[in-house]
Amino acid sequence: MRPILLSGHERALTQVKFSKEGDLIFSVSKDHIVCAWYSANGERFGAYKGHQGALWTVDVDPTTTLLATGGADNTMRLWEVRTGKLLKTWDYATSVKRVEFSEDGRQLLAVTEKRTGQLSTVYIYDISPDPSEPAPSEHALRIVVDEQPRVTVAGFSYLNHFIIMGHEDGSVSQWDAKSGEHIKDNYSHEDGMQVSDLQWSADRTYFLTASKDKTAKLHDTATLEVLKTYTADTPLNSAAICPDPQQYVILGGGQAAMDVTTTSQRQGKFEARFYHKVFEEEIGRVRGHFGPLNSVAVDPTGKCYCSGGEDGYVRVHHFDPPYFDFQFEVEREARAESRI
Amino acid sequence: MAPSFDQLDPETGDYDAEDDVDFTDLKEQYEVRMEEGLDTFVVIDGLPKVPEDSKPKLVKFLLRKLTTAGKTKEDDVYMPLDESTGQTGGYAFVEYETAAQAAAAVKLLHGTPLDKKHTIAVNKLTDIERYGREGKIDETYHEPEIASFEEKEHLRWWLGDPEGRDQFIMFKADDVGVYWNERDDVPDQIVNRTGWTETFVQWSPKGTYLISMHAQGVQLWGGPNWSRQKRFMHPGANLVDVSPDERYITTWSHKAMEVQEGNPVLSLEEDGKNYIIWDVATAKPIRSFVTLDLAGPTNDAEGNPIKQKIQWPAFKWSSDAKYVARMTQGQSISVYELPKMNLMDRQSIKIEGVMDFEWAPASPQRDNIKTYEQLFCYWTPELGSNPAKVGLMSIPSKDIVRTRNLFNVSDAKLHWQSEASFVCVKVDRHSKSGKSKATNLEIFRVREKGVPVEVVDSIKDTVINFAWEPKGDRFVLITAGEVPDGAPVPPKTSVSFFCPEKSKGNTIGNFKLIRTIDKKNNNAIHWSPNGRFVVVATVMNQQSFDLDFWDLDFEGEKDEKDKDLTANLQLMTTADHYGVTDIEWDPSGRYVATTASFWKHRMENGYHLYTFSGTTLREEPTEQFKQFSWRPRPERLLSKDEMKNVRKNLREYSKTFEELDVAKKSSANKAVVEARRRLLQEWLAYRQRVQEDLEEEREALGLTAVSEERAALEVADDGETRVVEEIYEEILAEEEEIVD
Repeated sequence: MRPILLSGHERALTQVKFSKEGDLIFSVSKDHIVCAWYSANGERFGAYKGHQGALWTVDVDPTTTLLATGGADNTMRLWEVRTGKLLKTWDYATSVKRVEFSEDGRQLLAVTEKRTGQLSTVYIYDISPDPSEPAPSEHALRIVVDEQPRVTVAGFSYLNHFIIMGHEDGSVSQWDAKSGEHIKDNYSHEDGMQVSDLQWSADRTYFLTASKDKTAKLHDTATLEVLKTYTADTPLNSAAICPDPQQYVILGGGQAAMDVTTTSQRQGKFEARFYHKVFEEEIGRVRGHFGPLNSVAVDPTGKCYCSGGEDGYVRVHHFDPPYFDFQFEVEREARAESRI
Repeated sequence: MAPSFDQLDPETGDYDAEDDVDFTDLKEQYEVRMEEGLDTFVVIDGLPKVPEDSKPKLVKFLLRKLTTAGKTKEDDVYMPLDESTGQTGGYAFVEYETAAQAAAAVKLLHGTPLDKKHTIAVNKLTDIERYGREGKIDETYHEPEIASFEEKEHLRWWLGDPEGRDQFIMFKADDVGVYWNERDDVPDQIVNRTGWTETFVQWSPKGTYLISMHAQGVQLWGGPNWSRQKRFMHPGANLVDVSPDERYITTWSHKAMEVQEGNPVLSLEEDGKNYIIWDVATAKPIRSFVTLDLAGPTNDAEGNPIKQKIQWPAFKWSSDAKYVARMTQGQSISVYELPKMNLMDRQSIKIEGVMDFEWAPASPQRDNIKTYEQLFCYWTPELGSNPAKVGLMSIPSKDIVRTRNLFNVSDAKLHWQSEASFVCVKVDRHSKSGKSKATNLEIFRVREKGVPVEVVDSIKDTVINFAWEPKGDRFVLITAGEVPDGAPVPPKTSVSFFCPEKSKGNTIGNFKLIRTIDKKNNNAIHWSPNGRFVVVATVMNQQSFDLDFWDLDFEGEKDEKDKDLTANLQLMTTADHYGVTDIEWDPSGRYVATTASFWKHRMENGYHLYTFSGTTLREEPTEQFKQFSWRPRPERLLSKDEMKNVRKNLREYSKTFEELDVAKKSSANKAVVEARRRLLQEWLAYRQRVQEDLEEEREALGLTAVSEERAALEVADDGETRVVEEIYEEILAEEEEIVD
């Protein structure tokens, strides 16, 4: 099916996110604007204006009532999705690189950047799902990361047991979400190759990290063990897990513009790559962007995916029937067996 | 009064105690060093014994020899008389002006024959003192210890591969690995070592050794365990070349070697040299040389030194490695005889103006010549009123077999056919004004009586590349048109194919053009090692990178106009490999590997593998891919008849291999499916375990199951999503222009 091109941003996209029902797409870009789109037809639902700097991150709570955004203006902001009302602004000393709601939507985390004199810090707030209740100014928990390298991404595990962080040196770490204690590390990606994205499976028992070392790795949340590795031929910026029953992961990346000598599409490898989640084999690629893919996201109901590129476009692709039908022989066998 | 010796009783002597004091340390300290100052002396032995009156004559005769090494005079030659016989003792002491001259005399004159009976031995006086004194050298003979026999690894083990696969090396980042070629499958790694070499690796000509380069020298590896076979200590060695029979190896370093006394491998002989020729079996140097400066100005107009490209290999081996020769440009060719590396006939072959020479790559089989010979071809430019010349010289006789005069020559290149049946001299000629250029081909038919020369002068442009068909009699050349100065693009090139006409009997007809393909960018010709197939490609080019796979014996219909030709040309496929820098056929002529090397550029480095007909088997982009090199094979052991027999019954022979291929493929498929099944089972088991744990925990916390939450989501969706695709076409503006 023909992809839908969402051309509402003027600068590079930094993150795209689906609502839990998959009907809305939220996108943030370096042009200071947060956009919400209908995934079905690409119409713009609205924009959230107020940020004074480039935006790095966005997340929406599971009931699609609250939206959190963070950016280079050193603030995290909380919005009401339906009305676009700014509910709360938190100010920090450095820019906000990542925000994420917990599985139940009652907690919100923010990762602030490490810069001269400031350590990477993860702030956690208790949030009420009711937008009329004021959000707290004080954080419930603060994790100052001083021993590990700079934090690039972070998120809540299943049942808010842990906070998982991805670091600049390619490692992932696990922290207790109640006490803020450091539990363990796994140096899973190549040393010095930052973890650029971390996305969860539907039940948050495993997660996928993308790294500049050209691989994406599937980790078990509880043990941090690497379950699967997907190797691409270009540095990765983002990786998403397709919801069951489809067993795919989608990787996005591309040569950063500064590393490309001739910016032809051939050189840049600006494609979304589909891999089989279990067999680690590449299945297909989707072209279209003419800059690196900065963020990919999959509709939680599995009908479509979207990608946000350095080129300023969000492309929404609704899956065609072959996507749902394609199966490896052994998968077909296994399914036949389970039916019996 | 001191007691005399006879008064002393050794048993009871009172002075014993005093005598026992150990003075050796003092003695050593204060001993007069007799040798000092004697470094300028040499001792000559083996002279004839003559009566006193003929002594001056002998001295004079001897002086003539002695002065070749340094300065000395009659008074400095001391030849003592034996008083009992009244004759000279057959030896002499000679003093030179400096110690260096004395050393030179030893080097130069030791072992020189004076006449049939007398050969002189020249030694340093200090050496006589050091070694000649009694007791300095053990007089009794000790049998040298012979190390017990150790079984060496089989160096040609790889030829016994039951599937007849070929090996190759891949050098990426710092890793050098050797692999079996598995066609379209992942190459089967045999060994991989990080930092195996410091610059590059190279196979020896028959594939026995893998050569690695290091700051300390060169190492040879081989055998099934890839153990070190030999080590050649040449500090700073940059390049290496192995003789065709793999018995000798030449190493070259840009910087002259500095050898300290006491070096275990190199002697002072090697000090200040750039080249060493080694014996592979013993790993000992045979002879060393300095780099010769090329003729011509060493500084450019602004006085900066011109970087001269060295000719490599400078030492060129004859096909049987009995000779190795080096050219002093413009003057002579020095031919050395192996295994001793002595200059043949003690002098270089003077060829005035010689610009280049090339040995025949195989032992020549000239008409009616039964004696052993090797041939080389050389050319000299126009010198004064003398025309330029191309010559063929036979070694060891030094007879000039054939020469040919040429005019208006600006450059020439010598191309031997692999079996030495032909040598093609590609002559770039300038017109009288010197402006326009054209190329002539002068083809010497070496095997025919009198070595006739055939001239192909139908080529209008300059030929930039030329290649004979290996083991064949056809050739391909590429011409390039003139480029206006400063043009940003390289000129278009044309590719021309030539073959001999059909002729009666065993003779080879005249060379005729088969076809010329114009408007190409190609610049490289790579023949299959067995002939027939050729890849004509564009390498090291930013814009184009095409590979044309040609067949010269196409089995399809032949054009009527080509019916007199011994070829049927057909383009099989055109492939392209972005940024290709190198192309190499495997030794069996079945596969072609193309490389985009990190050494040349940084874009999409990696390699492609094609079949002989241009079907892509593999494309493997690899970061920092540097080198791909097939392991050569030694020459085949089958006789011509046996090979013919194989070719005739190819179908039968290939049957077993085909079966093998099918079996391999299906088992590989099976293995893949098996692996997938296992992966899927593991994954499902893992999911089940984790999900059960999670549900248990959720239940304990009083939460609903994940699947139910999921189901709730599904309900929200009415399940009747319909996709309506509407396409609007809107005319924004319409303009009408009338063009007259």
